[in-house]
Amino acid sequence: MSALSMRTRRIVKNRAFLALCLLSTSVTILILALLIMSIMLQGSHFLFNSEAINAVFAHGELSQLTKVIRWEFLTNFASRFPQKAGIYAAVIGSIWVCAICALLALPLGIGTAIYLEEFAPKNRLTALIDFNIRNLAGVPSIVYGILGLTAFTRMFGFFGSDKNSALSFGPEDAWWHIQLPFGQGLLAGGLTLMLVVLPIVIISSREALRAVPASLRQASLAIGATPWQTASFITLPAAIPSILTGAILAMSRAMGEAAPLLVLGIPVFIANTPDNLTDNFTVLPFQIFNWAGRPQESFHQLAASAIVVLLVVLICFNGVAVYLRHKLRRPMA
Amino acid sequence: MKIAATLGLTLFALPLALMAATQVSDADLGKLTGQIKVDGSSTVYPITEAVAEDFQAKAPKTRPTVSVSGTGGGFKRFCTGETDITNASRPISKTEMENAKTSKIDFIELPIAFDGLAIVVNLANTWVTQISLDELKKIFSANSPAKKWSDVNPSWPNETIQVFSPGTDSGTFDYFKEVTVGSDGKIRSDLSVSEDDNVLVTGVAGDKNAIGYFGFAYFTENSAKLKLVPVDAGKGAIAPNDLTIENGTYAPFSRPLFIYVNAKSAQRPEIAAFVDFYLSNTAELAKQVGYTPLPKIIIDRATANWKAKKLGTQYIDASGNKVQGSIATVYK
Repeated sequence: MSALSMRTRRIVKNRAFLALCLLSTSVTILILALLIMSIMLQGSHFLFNSEAINAVFAHGELSQLTKVIRWEFLTNFASRFPQKAGIYAAVIGSIWVCAICALLALPLGIGTAIYLEEFAPKNRLTALIDFNIRNLAGVPSIVYGILGLTAFTRMFGFFGSDKNSALSFGPEDAWWHIQLPFGQGLLAGGLTLMLVVLPIVIISSREALRAVPASLRQASLAIGATPWQTASFITLPAAIPSILTGAILAMSRAMGEAAPLLVLGIPVFIANTPDNLTDNFTVLPFQIFNWAGRPQESFHQLAASAIVVLLVVLICFNGVAVYLRHKLRRPMA
Repeated sequence: MKIAATLGLTLFALPLALMAATQVSDADLGKLTGQIKVDGSSTVYPITEAVAEDFQAKAPKTRPTVSVSGTGGGFKRFCTGETDITNASRPISKTEMENAKTSKIDFIELPIAFDGLAIVVNLANTWVTQISLDELKKIFSANSPAKKWSDVNPSWPNETIQVFSPGTDSGTFDYFKEVTVGSDGKIRSDLSVSEDDNVLVTGVAGDKNAIGYFGFAYFTENSAKLKLVPVDAGKGAIAPNDLTIENGTYAPFSRPLFIYVNAKSAQRPEIAAFVDFYLSNTAELAKQVGYTPLPKIIIDRATANWKAKKLGTQYIDASGNKVQGSIATVYK
């Protein structure tokens, strides 16, 4: 075979590979676009006010601009009348539970990652821990729900049932009132979601710390800094952008989880927002799941509207992740 | 004249006094506080949601919450005392009764609405115009399951049946199983199962050889996509509609839906008011969310049971045997 035909063949192969890559990328994007389009079309009825849209875009009445979005969908509680139904309880519940989950999972997860990556000796014990964490990251979230049910919702039955709690702190109407066991309260939900995302936070934080060049640490140690000083002033600041990205992605996972909370038995209908950390709540994925399962078409549209809201929140989360990555990134090595 | 006036006043005041004794006034409702925890069947959920919505509008300081763990899951929590009320799309089972007994939970059983189970096939299915219980048994039973339509009836085509069914943890599945193959029988395992009845609708609508069953409300919403099959239970083929479901002629696939109230919780004023409100509004609300209301006489009997705090179930007799029959015969 001549050298020329060899070259042509190599080039043809290269082009074919490029085409294949482009194809797979466009398929992914197409699926996403299709999904968003269909959900938007289905959900627009309850998300937007068609009269106001008409007034703004056809007649240029800018005063109607704030009415384009049907705010009552965001500020009403669930209802059997689709026109009156809203996701207020679910949005507030989702925010609460994610905040609790973040406050608990991030310090624990990042702390574990720093220990394992920067301080822990490389021996059989740490290898076992490492192996365990990687396995836990692959456990289906519903399994954590079962653990959460026993450990947080019922607390192994040590403190009676949550209707007849044996131990509580603070007067019942105080915002700091806490009762044991947690029942279907915010703490039970937040802690269960913490179990779900903890392995993810640990693994992504470790990857972030590992990506910090060894030369930085060695230089720091060489000029006499202690391991603590090296970790807190050199390694951690350098790894923070990637750690935060991982953390925010983990939080969006927590935001979209329904299965573990389903096992806890948290309600779908609730027309109150939580007053304290052990008060009842519901979350967006739950409300979506329930509406999607109803026989009436209007409820399917409501589900689509709630999905759009969930997507917007998740896109905001990811946007913050991208921003932080760029903002905090500093040249290394 | 004076006597007449007194008499008139008494006659006028008597019903008022009676009403005051049974019905909590709106002002009193507004003072009620406390949690009302409801869990259980997803079939009953829309009715309880509607009741909770309206009740909370009248008693804004109470906190009704409604979860959806399914009839079986709901009874599990109810029988350990975790919930005040549980929704059920079938009567409580013997095992669940025993669990309640071990945790010293007494309860009051209240029927609140009817749900018809619709048997449906694909629109292109020209051969099934009605179906008998025997034929259903042949299709759904695990013993000698009919693989092809022609196995059920020789005049039907020689094609494989695709069977769609609600999830095995649902009360709907339990009820259907009981009616077709009996409580000792087994439903075939090669089913397409979904917890979401809309998936069943799409499944049956998309496959010429499909058969499935689910709550009647799912058929009403999709009547253009599916073919409803009248059921012959020995008295001629009868199709479900509001009338046949309510008067019991669509037997055995018109089933009552229940709520079970924890007797200890029932002593709390907010729970008592909630159940009062439930019973007096369920007929209207059930209709609004797509179910068939119970006849007034059954609701009256249920209300009487509630007022008398009659404990236990009507579906298991003193010697522990199951009580069969339509709701009108069970609730006397």
